[in-house]
Amino acid sequence: MCSLCGVLGCDDHWTSAIARPGVYTRNTDRLNRRREAANRIKLANALLESRRLKIAEWQGTSYVLSSPTGRTRIFESLAHLWPEAEAMTGRDFDPLDPDFLDRLRQS
Amino acid sequence: MTAEPRPADLTPINVLTGFLGSGKTTLLQRLLADPAMANAAVLINEFGEVGLDHHLLDRIDDNVVLLKSGCLCCTVRGEVAEALQKLHSQRSRGEIPWFDRVVIETTGLADPFPALSTIQSHPVLRSHFAIANVVVTVDAVNGSRQLDERLEAVRQVGAADVVVITKTDMDEATGSDTLREKLSRLNPAARQVIAQQARVDDFLVDASVGRREEWLREALSASEQFAAPVHHHHHHHHHEEGDHHHHAHASVRSFSMVIEERIDWTGFGMWLTMLLNRHGDRVFRVKGILDIEGEERPVAIHGVQRLVHPPVHMSAWPDRRRQSRIVFIVDGLDPARIEESFHVFNRLSEKVLGHSRTSSFRKAG
Repeated sequence: MCSLCGVLGCDDHWTSAIARPGVYTRNTDRLNRRREAANRIKLANALLESRRLKIAEWQGTSYVLSSPTGRTRIFESLAHLWPEAEAMTGRDFDPLDPDFLDRLRQS
Repeated sequence: MTAEPRPADLTPINVLTGFLGSGKTTLLQRLLADPAMANAAVLINEFGEVGLDHHLLDRIDDNVVLLKSGCLCCTVRGEVAEALQKLHSQRSRGEIPWFDRVVIETTGLADPFPALSTIQSHPVLRSHFAIANVVVTVDAVNGSRQLDERLEAVRQVGAADVVVITKTDMDEATGSDTLREKLSRLNPAARQVIAQQARVDDFLVDASVGRREEWLREALSASEQFAAPVHHHHHHHHHEEGDHHHHAHASVRSFSMVIEERIDWTGFGMWLTMLLNRHGDRVFRVKGILDIEGEERPVAIHGVQRLVHPPVHMSAWPDRRRQSRIVFIVDGLDPARIEESFHVFNRLSEKVLGHSRTSSFRKAG
Protein backbone atom coordinates (compact mmCIF):
# COMPACT_ATOMS: atom_id res chain seq x y z
CA MET A 1 0.00 0.00 0.00
CA CYS A 2 1.15 3.49 -0.76
CA SER A 3 1.51 5.35 2.53
CA LEU A 4 0.82 8.63 0.75
CA CYS A 5 -2.55 7.70 -0.61
CA GLY A 6 -3.65 4.49 1.07
CA VAL A 7 -4.52 2.79 -2.20
CA LEU A 8 -3.94 -0.94 -2.02
CA GLY A 9 -2.19 -2.96 -4.65
CA CYS A 10 -0.17 -0.36 -6.49
CA ASP A 11 3.14 -2.02 -5.79
CA ASP A 12 3.99 -2.81 -9.38
CA HIS A 13 6.07 -0.57 -11.57
CA TRP A 14 7.10 -0.64 -15.22
CA THR A 15 10.74 -1.21 -14.26
CA SER A 16 9.79 -4.54 -12.72
CA ALA A 17 6.74 -5.46 -14.76
CA ILE A 18 5.06 -8.81 -14.32
CA ALA A 19 6.71 -11.36 -16.63
CA ARG A 20 4.43 -12.02 -19.60
CA PRO A 21 5.19 -12.96 -23.19
CA GLY A 22 6.68 -9.96 -24.99
CA VAL A 23 7.29 -7.93 -21.84
CA TYR A 24 10.84 -6.95 -20.94
CA THR A 25 11.43 -7.43 -17.25
CA ARG A 26 14.02 -8.76 -14.85
CA ASN A 27 11.21 -9.79 -12.56
CA THR A 28 11.45 -13.38 -13.82
CA ASP A 29 12.96 -15.85 -11.38
CA ARG A 30 14.07 -15.40 -7.82
CA LEU A 31 17.74 -14.90 -8.63
CA ASN A 32 17.14 -12.25 -11.29
CA ARG A 33 14.61 -10.49 -9.15
CA ARG A 34 16.95 -10.38 -6.16
CA ARG A 35 19.91 -9.21 -8.23
CA GLU A 36 17.93 -6.43 -9.88
CA ALA A 37 16.42 -5.35 -6.55
CA ALA A 38 19.89 -5.16 -5.03
CA ASN A 39 21.13 -3.08 -7.98
CA ARG A 40 18.23 -0.70 -7.68
CA ILE A 41 18.90 -0.17 -3.98
CA LYS A 42 22.58 0.45 -4.67
CA LEU A 43 21.83 3.00 -7.36
CA ALA A 44 19.04 4.66 -5.37
CA ASN A 45 21.49 5.13 -2.49
CA ALA A 46 23.99 6.78 -4.83
CA LEU A 47 21.25 9.21 -5.84
CA LEU A 48 19.99 9.79 -2.30
CA GLU A 49 23.46 10.36 -0.90
CA SER A 50 23.50 14.01 -1.92
CA ARG A 51 20.64 14.68 0.49
CA ARG A 52 22.03 12.32 3.13
CA LEU A 53 19.14 9.89 2.85
CA LYS A 54 19.45 6.11 2.81
CA ILE A 55 17.20 3.39 1.55
CA ALA A 56 17.23 -0.27 2.54
CA GLU A 57 15.06 -3.24 1.86
CA TRP A 58 12.94 -4.26 4.79
CA GLN A 59 11.91 -7.88 5.28
CA GLY A 60 12.06 -8.46 1.55
CA THR A 61 8.68 -6.87 0.99
CA SER A 62 9.09 -3.17 1.73
CA TYR A 63 11.59 -0.36 1.67
CA VAL A 64 12.63 1.87 4.49
CA LEU A 65 13.91 5.34 3.78
CA SER A 66 15.81 7.03 6.57
CA SER A 67 17.13 10.51 7.20
CA PRO A 68 20.31 11.45 9.12
CA THR A 69 18.16 12.49 12.05
CA GLY A 70 16.64 9.04 12.29
CA ARG A 71 13.29 9.72 10.67
CA THR A 72 12.02 6.80 8.63
CA ARG A 73 9.31 6.12 6.08
CA ILE A 74 8.25 2.69 4.94
CA PHE A 75 6.68 1.90 1.57
CA GLU A 76 6.13 -1.14 -0.60
CA SER A 77 7.19 -0.02 -4.04
CA LEU A 78 10.19 1.83 -5.38
CA ALA A 79 7.63 3.73 -7.44
CA HIS A 80 7.03 5.71 -4.27
CA LEU A 81 10.66 6.46 -3.55
CA TRP A 82 10.83 9.95 -5.03
CA PRO A 83 7.51 11.26 -3.68
CA GLU A 84 8.52 9.86 -0.27
CA ALA A 85 12.02 11.33 -0.43
CA GLU A 86 10.59 14.71 -1.43
CA ALA A 87 8.02 14.58 1.37
CA MET A 88 10.73 13.69 3.88
CA THR A 89 13.18 16.42 2.89
CA GLY A 90 10.65 19.01 1.77
CA ARG A 91 12.75 19.49 -1.35
CA ASP A 92 12.50 18.40 -4.97
CA PHE A 93 14.63 15.62 -6.36
CA ASP A 94 15.02 17.02 -9.85
CA PRO A 95 17.13 15.07 -12.34
CA LEU A 96 17.27 18.20 -14.52
CA ASP A 97 18.70 20.39 -11.75
CA PRO A 98 22.28 21.33 -12.79
CA ASP A 99 23.53 21.30 -9.18
CA PHE A 100 22.13 17.85 -8.60
CA LEU A 101 23.74 16.60 -11.81
CA ASP A 102 27.06 18.16 -10.78
CA ARG A 103 26.95 16.32 -7.49
CA LEU A 104 26.21 13.06 -9.28
CA ARG A 105 29.17 13.63 -11.59
CA GLN A 106 31.44 14.04 -8.58
CA SER A 107 30.08 11.09 -6.67
CA MET B 1 -1.30 1.51 -25.90
CA THR B 2 -0.34 -0.23 -29.01
CA ALA B 3 3.14 -0.99 -27.73
CA GLU B 4 1.81 -2.88 -24.78
CA PRO B 5 1.55 -6.63 -25.04
CA ARG B 6 -1.89 -7.74 -24.06
CA PRO B 7 -2.75 -11.23 -22.94
CA ALA B 8 -5.83 -12.64 -24.59
CA ASP B 9 -7.89 -12.50 -21.43
CA LEU B 10 -7.71 -8.73 -21.06
CA THR B 11 -10.45 -6.75 -22.74
CA PRO B 12 -8.97 -4.04 -24.97
CA ILE B 13 -10.01 -0.46 -24.41
CA ASN B 14 -9.88 2.25 -27.05
CA VAL B 15 -9.88 5.74 -25.63
CA LEU B 16 -11.46 8.22 -28.01
CA THR B 17 -10.76 11.85 -27.39
CA GLY B 18 -10.82 15.09 -29.33
CA PHE B 19 -11.84 18.69 -29.01
CA LEU B 20 -15.48 19.75 -28.72
CA GLY B 21 -17.13 19.49 -32.10
CA SER B 22 -14.19 17.75 -33.71
CA GLY B 23 -16.32 14.84 -34.83
CA LYS B 24 -15.73 12.27 -32.08
CA THR B 25 -19.30 11.09 -31.93
CA THR B 26 -19.68 10.98 -35.72
CA LEU B 27 -16.59 8.84 -35.89
CA LEU B 28 -17.84 6.63 -33.07
CA GLN B 29 -21.18 6.24 -34.82
CA ARG B 30 -19.43 5.11 -37.98
CA LEU B 31 -17.21 2.71 -36.08
CA LEU B 32 -20.12 1.17 -34.23
CA ALA B 33 -21.84 0.40 -37.52
CA ASP B 34 -18.95 -1.89 -38.45
CA PRO B 35 -19.40 -5.61 -37.71
CA ALA B 36 -15.99 -5.65 -35.99
CA MET B 37 -17.46 -3.37 -33.35
CA ALA B 38 -20.70 -5.28 -32.85
CA ASN B 39 -19.56 -6.54 -29.47
CA ALA B 40 -18.12 -3.31 -28.16
CA ALA B 41 -19.31 -1.63 -24.99
CA VAL B 42 -19.21 2.13 -25.12
CA LEU B 43 -18.77 4.60 -22.29
CA ILE B 44 -19.42 8.20 -23.14
CA ASN B 45 -18.96 11.31 -21.10
CA GLU B 46 -21.55 13.56 -22.63
CA PHE B 47 -24.41 13.27 -25.04
CA GLY B 48 -23.62 15.33 -28.07
CA GLU B 49 -25.85 16.39 -30.90
CA VAL B 50 -25.29 13.16 -32.76
CA GLY B 51 -27.54 10.39 -31.55
CA LEU B 52 -25.93 7.06 -30.79
CA ASP B 53 -27.86 3.89 -30.96
CA HIS B 54 -25.95 1.05 -29.46
CA HIS B 55 -27.05 -1.65 -27.10
CA LEU B 56 -24.09 -1.30 -24.79
CA LEU B 57 -24.05 2.39 -24.28
CA ASP B 58 -23.41 3.70 -20.83
CA ARG B 59 -22.84 7.14 -19.54
CA ILE B 60 -20.16 8.36 -17.20
CA ASP B 61 -19.49 11.71 -15.70
CA ASP B 62 -16.24 13.44 -15.09
CA ASN B 63 -14.98 12.73 -11.66
CA VAL B 64 -11.32 12.96 -11.01
CA VAL B 65 -10.25 12.04 -7.54
CA LEU B 66 -6.75 13.34 -7.15
CA LEU B 67 -5.17 13.04 -3.76
CA LYS B 68 -2.66 15.82 -3.48
CA SER B 69 0.92 14.83 -2.76
CA GLY B 70 0.07 11.31 -3.75
CA CYS B 71 1.79 9.28 -6.40
CA LEU B 72 0.57 8.16 -9.79
CA CYS B 73 -1.53 5.34 -8.42
CA CYS B 74 -3.62 7.83 -6.47
CA THR B 75 -4.99 9.51 -9.55
CA VAL B 76 -8.13 7.50 -9.72
CA ARG B 77 -10.82 8.64 -12.04
CA GLY B 78 -13.70 7.48 -9.92
CA GLU B 79 -16.50 7.06 -12.38
CA VAL B 80 -14.50 5.54 -15.20
CA ALA B 81 -13.33 2.92 -12.73
CA GLU B 82 -16.84 2.40 -11.41
CA ALA B 83 -18.38 2.14 -14.87
CA LEU B 84 -15.77 -0.37 -16.03
CA GLN B 85 -16.12 -2.48 -12.92
CA LYS B 86 -19.88 -2.49 -13.35
CA LEU B 87 -19.57 -3.55 -16.99
CA HIS B 88 -17.17 -6.30 -16.02
CA SER B 89 -19.36 -7.76 -13.30
CA GLN B 90 -22.52 -7.50 -15.39
CA ARG B 91 -20.75 -9.28 -18.21
CA SER B 92 -19.54 -12.10 -15.99
CA ARG B 93 -23.04 -12.55 -14.55
CA GLY B 94 -24.53 -12.56 -18.04
CA GLU B 95 -26.73 -9.55 -17.30
CA ILE B 96 -25.64 -7.72 -20.41
CA PRO B 97 -24.65 -8.98 -23.88
CA TRP B 98 -21.07 -10.21 -24.08
CA PHE B 99 -18.59 -7.54 -25.08
CA ASP B 100 -15.05 -8.03 -26.28
CA ARG B 101 -13.96 -4.41 -26.43
CA VAL B 102 -14.65 -1.12 -24.67
CA VAL B 103 -14.58 2.31 -26.24
CA ILE B 104 -14.38 5.26 -23.86
CA GLU B 105 -15.25 8.64 -25.28
CA THR B 106 -13.85 11.41 -23.12
CA THR B 107 -15.21 14.93 -22.86
CA GLY B 108 -13.88 17.41 -25.34
CA LEU B 109 -11.84 19.26 -22.79
CA ALA B 110 -10.45 16.23 -21.05
CA ASP B 111 -6.84 15.28 -20.85
CA PRO B 112 -6.98 11.52 -21.54
CA PHE B 113 -4.22 10.82 -19.02
CA PRO B 114 -6.38 10.23 -15.90
CA ALA B 115 -8.49 7.67 -17.73
CA LEU B 116 -5.36 5.88 -18.92
CA SER B 117 -3.77 5.85 -15.50
CA THR B 118 -6.98 4.58 -13.93
CA ILE B 119 -7.10 1.59 -16.24
CA GLN B 120 -3.46 0.72 -15.82
CA SER B 121 -3.11 1.36 -12.10
CA HIS B 122 -6.45 0.26 -10.70
CA PRO B 123 -5.89 -2.94 -8.73
CA VAL B 124 -9.02 -4.62 -10.12
CA LEU B 125 -9.32 -3.06 -13.57
CA ARG B 126 -5.80 -3.81 -14.62
CA SER B 127 -6.42 -7.54 -14.42
CA HIS B 128 -9.45 -7.34 -16.71
CA PHE B 129 -8.77 -4.49 -19.13
CA ALA B 130 -5.86 -3.16 -21.14
CA ILE B 131 -5.53 0.02 -23.14
CA ALA B 132 -5.40 -0.79 -26.84
CA ASN B 133 -4.80 2.76 -28.02
CA VAL B 134 -5.73 6.42 -27.78
CA VAL B 135 -7.51 7.90 -30.78
CA VAL B 136 -7.90 11.66 -31.10
CA THR B 137 -10.05 13.51 -33.61
CA VAL B 138 -8.84 16.82 -35.02
CA ASP B 139 -11.03 18.65 -37.46
CA ALA B 140 -9.64 20.20 -40.59
CA VAL B 141 -11.75 23.33 -40.16
CA ASN B 142 -10.94 24.37 -36.59
CA GLY B 143 -8.18 21.99 -35.54
CA SER B 144 -5.26 24.14 -36.50
CA ARG B 145 -6.59 27.13 -34.55
CA GLN B 146 -7.49 24.98 -31.53
CA LEU B 147 -3.98 23.59 -31.44
CA ASP B 148 -2.66 27.15 -31.44
CA GLU B 149 -4.97 28.38 -28.74
CA ARG B 150 -5.82 25.51 -26.43
CA LEU B 151 -3.33 23.50 -24.44
CA GLU B 152 -6.00 20.81 -23.90
CA ALA B 153 -6.00 20.14 -27.63
CA VAL B 154 -2.21 19.88 -27.62
CA ARG B 155 -2.30 17.43 -24.70
CA GLN B 156 -4.84 15.28 -26.49
CA VAL B 157 -2.72 15.12 -29.62
CA GLY B 158 0.33 14.41 -27.48
CA ALA B 159 -1.33 11.39 -25.90
CA ALA B 160 -2.63 9.96 -29.18
CA ASP B 161 -1.56 6.79 -30.98
CA VAL B 162 -3.87 7.60 -33.88
CA VAL B 163 -4.87 11.09 -35.02
CA VAL B 164 -8.03 11.11 -37.11
CA ILE B 165 -8.41 14.21 -39.26
CA THR B 166 -12.12 14.92 -39.71
CA LYS B 167 -14.17 17.27 -41.86
CA THR B 168 -11.62 17.35 -44.67
CA ASP B 169 -14.55 17.26 -47.10
CA MET B 170 -16.00 20.53 -45.86
CA ASP B 171 -15.60 23.71 -47.90
CA GLU B 172 -14.08 25.54 -44.98
CA ALA B 173 -11.37 22.91 -44.51
CA THR B 174 -8.12 24.70 -44.94
CA GLY B 175 -4.50 23.81 -45.39
CA SER B 176 -4.66 20.11 -44.65
CA ASP B 177 -0.91 19.85 -45.28
CA THR B 178 -0.21 22.60 -42.76
CA LEU B 179 -2.40 20.84 -40.20
CA ARG B 180 -0.70 17.52 -40.83
CA GLU B 181 2.72 19.05 -40.46
CA LYS B 182 1.68 20.73 -37.22
CA LEU B 183 0.38 17.39 -35.92
CA SER B 184 3.59 15.66 -36.95
CA ARG B 185 5.63 18.20 -35.06
CA LEU B 186 3.52 17.81 -31.92
CA ASN B 187 3.38 14.04 -32.04
CA PRO B 188 5.61 12.48 -34.67
CA ALA B 189 4.92 8.98 -33.38
CA ALA B 190 1.16 9.04 -33.95
CA ARG B 191 -0.38 7.57 -37.07
CA GLN B 192 -2.47 10.10 -39.00
CA VAL B 193 -5.57 9.01 -40.85
CA ILE B 194 -8.24 10.92 -42.76
CA ALA B 195 -11.65 10.09 -41.30
CA GLN B 196 -13.35 9.53 -44.65
CA GLN B 197 -10.67 7.12 -45.82
CA ALA B 198 -10.28 5.33 -42.54
CA ARG B 199 -11.15 1.72 -41.98
CA VAL B 200 -12.03 0.23 -38.64
CA ASP B 201 -8.59 -1.42 -38.52
CA ASP B 202 -6.99 1.98 -38.37
CA PHE B 203 -8.61 2.56 -35.01
CA LEU B 204 -8.52 -0.88 -33.51
CA VAL B 205 -4.82 -1.42 -33.72
CA ASP B 206 -4.27 -5.10 -33.24
CA ALA B 207 -2.12 -6.07 -30.31
CA SER B 208 -0.45 -9.01 -32.02
CA VAL B 209 3.32 -8.83 -31.73
CA GLY B 210 4.00 -8.61 -35.45
CA ARG B 211 1.79 -5.64 -36.07
CA ARG B 212 2.89 -3.96 -32.93
CA GLU B 213 6.49 -4.03 -34.00
CA GLU B 214 5.70 -3.03 -37.54
CA TRP B 215 3.79 -0.11 -36.15
CA LEU B 216 6.63 0.82 -33.84
CA ARG B 217 9.08 0.82 -36.74
CA GLU B 218 6.80 3.11 -38.65
CA ALA B 219 6.41 5.35 -35.66
CA LEU B 220 10.12 5.58 -35.08
CA SER B 221 10.98 6.38 -38.67
CA ALA B 222 8.30 9.06 -38.71
CA SER B 223 9.73 10.39 -35.48
CA GLU B 224 13.14 10.76 -37.00
CA GLN B 225 11.69 12.68 -39.85
CA PHE B 226 9.88 15.19 -37.70
CA ALA B 227 11.38 15.25 -34.24
CA ALA B 228 14.30 17.59 -34.03
CA PRO B 229 17.55 16.06 -32.85
CA VAL B 230 18.62 17.51 -29.52
CA HIS B 231 21.61 19.44 -30.71
CA HIS B 232 19.86 20.93 -33.68
CA HIS B 233 16.65 21.94 -32.07
CA HIS B 234 17.28 25.54 -32.99
CA HIS B 235 16.49 24.58 -36.57
CA HIS B 236 13.13 23.53 -35.33
CA HIS B 237 12.26 27.14 -34.68
CA HIS B 238 12.67 27.96 -38.34
CA HIS B 239 9.40 26.18 -38.96
CA GLU B 240 7.70 28.42 -36.49
CA GLU B 241 9.15 31.73 -37.44
CA GLY B 242 5.87 32.79 -38.97
CA ASP B 243 4.06 32.36 -35.68
CA HIS B 244 4.55 35.63 -33.94
CA HIS B 245 1.73 35.67 -31.44
CA HIS B 246 1.83 33.49 -28.38
CA HIS B 247 0.64 29.99 -29.13
CA ALA B 248 -0.55 27.30 -26.77
CA HIS B 249 1.98 24.94 -28.26
CA ALA B 250 4.82 27.44 -28.54
CA SER B 251 6.59 25.67 -25.68
CA VAL B 252 5.58 22.19 -26.80
CA ARG B 253 8.13 20.42 -28.91
CA SER B 254 9.18 16.97 -29.87
CA PHE B 255 12.79 15.96 -30.05
CA SER B 256 14.73 12.77 -30.43
CA MET B 257 17.76 11.52 -28.58
CA VAL B 258 20.11 9.14 -30.32
CA ILE B 259 22.30 7.31 -27.82
CA GLU B 260 25.52 5.68 -28.93
CA GLU B 261 26.47 3.84 -25.77
CA ARG B 262 24.59 0.85 -24.44
CA ILE B 263 22.03 1.64 -21.78
CA ASP B 264 22.04 0.27 -18.27
CA TRP B 265 18.47 -0.86 -17.58
CA THR B 266 18.55 -0.17 -13.84
CA GLY B 267 19.91 3.33 -14.40
CA PHE B 268 17.44 4.05 -17.17
CA GLY B 269 14.50 2.97 -15.03
CA MET B 270 15.67 5.11 -12.14
CA TRP B 271 16.28 8.11 -14.43
CA LEU B 272 12.95 8.02 -16.24
CA THR B 273 11.03 7.38 -13.02
CA MET B 274 12.72 10.35 -11.38
CA LEU B 275 12.20 12.56 -14.43
CA LEU B 276 8.50 11.70 -14.65
CA ASN B 277 8.01 12.09 -10.91
CA ARG B 278 9.18 15.69 -11.11
CA HIS B 279 8.18 16.69 -14.66
CA GLY B 280 5.60 14.11 -15.77
CA ASP B 281 2.88 16.69 -16.36
CA ARG B 282 5.15 18.31 -18.93
CA VAL B 283 6.17 15.12 -20.69
CA PHE B 284 3.25 14.45 -23.04
CA ARG B 285 4.87 11.44 -24.56
CA VAL B 286 8.00 9.36 -24.40
CA LYS B 287 8.62 6.57 -26.83
CA GLY B 288 11.82 4.77 -27.60
CA ILE B 289 13.78 1.76 -28.64
CA LEU B 290 16.69 0.89 -26.38
CA ASP B 291 19.93 -1.02 -26.75
CA ILE B 292 20.16 -2.46 -23.24
CA GLU B 293 23.46 -3.67 -21.82
CA GLY B 294 23.43 -7.45 -21.78
CA GLU B 295 20.50 -7.83 -24.20
CA GLU B 296 20.64 -8.86 -27.85
CA ARG B 297 17.16 -7.69 -28.76
CA PRO B 298 15.87 -4.15 -28.39
CA VAL B 299 13.48 -3.02 -25.67
CA ALA B 300 10.71 -0.58 -26.53
CA ILE B 301 9.38 1.84 -23.96
CA HIS B 302 6.28 3.94 -24.18
CA GLY B 303 4.81 6.46 -21.77
CA VAL B 304 2.21 9.20 -21.50
CA GLN B 305 2.83 11.79 -18.81
CA ARG B 306 3.55 9.86 -15.58
CA LEU B 307 2.33 6.59 -17.00
CA VAL B 308 4.83 4.14 -18.50
CA HIS B 309 3.58 0.93 -20.07
CA PRO B 310 5.27 -2.43 -19.48
CA PRO B 311 8.41 -2.41 -21.65
CA VAL B 312 8.23 -4.51 -24.81
CA HIS B 313 11.00 -6.98 -25.62
CA MET B 314 11.08 -6.77 -29.41
CA SER B 315 12.02 -9.75 -31.52
CA ALA B 316 14.65 -7.93 -33.60
CA TRP B 317 16.15 -4.57 -34.41
CA PRO B 318 14.11 -2.67 -36.99
CA ASP B 319 17.20 -1.78 -39.01
CA ARG B 320 20.91 -2.48 -39.08
CA ARG B 321 21.84 0.51 -37.00
CA ARG B 322 21.20 -1.05 -33.60
CA GLN B 323 21.07 2.30 -31.93
CA SER B 324 18.96 3.57 -29.05
CA ARG B 325 16.52 6.27 -30.00
CA ILE B 326 14.09 8.04 -27.69
CA VAL B 327 11.47 10.53 -28.82
CA PHE B 328 10.03 12.98 -26.29
CA ILE B 329 7.14 15.39 -26.61
CA VAL B 330 7.63 17.95 -23.87
CA ASP B 331 6.18 21.25 -22.78
CA GLY B 332 8.77 23.78 -21.76
CA LEU B 333 11.56 21.35 -20.87
CA ASP B 334 15.02 21.81 -22.35
CA PRO B 335 15.96 18.88 -24.63
CA ALA B 336 19.70 19.41 -24.07
CA ARG B 337 19.21 19.26 -20.30
CA ILE B 338 17.21 16.03 -20.57
CA GLU B 339 19.93 14.44 -22.69
CA GLU B 340 22.67 15.61 -20.35
CA SER B 341 20.75 14.21 -17.38
CA PHE B 342 20.35 10.86 -19.14
CA HIS B 343 24.11 10.59 -19.71
CA VAL B 344 24.95 11.52 -16.11
CA PHE B 345 22.61 8.78 -14.86
CA ASN B 346 23.87 6.21 -17.34
CA ARG B 347 27.48 6.86 -16.35
CA LEU B 348 26.63 6.83 -12.67
CA SER B 349 24.90 3.46 -12.93
CA GLU B 350 27.82 2.01 -14.89
CA LYS B 351 30.12 3.21 -12.16
CA VAL B 352 27.99 2.16 -9.19
CA LEU B 353 26.91 -1.17 -10.64
CA GLY B 354 30.22 -1.85 -12.31
CA HIS B 355 29.18 -2.90 -15.79
CA SER B 356 31.82 -3.24 -18.43
CA ARG B 357 32.06 -0.32 -20.77
CA THR B 358 33.55 -2.29 -23.62
CA SER B 359 30.68 -1.61 -25.93
CA SER B 360 30.45 2.09 -25.17
CA PHE B 361 32.79 2.96 -27.95
CA ARG B 362 30.83 1.13 -30.56
CA LYS B 363 29.81 3.52 -33.29
CA ALA B 364 26.67 3.23 -35.34
CA GLY B 365 27.20 1.92 -38.86
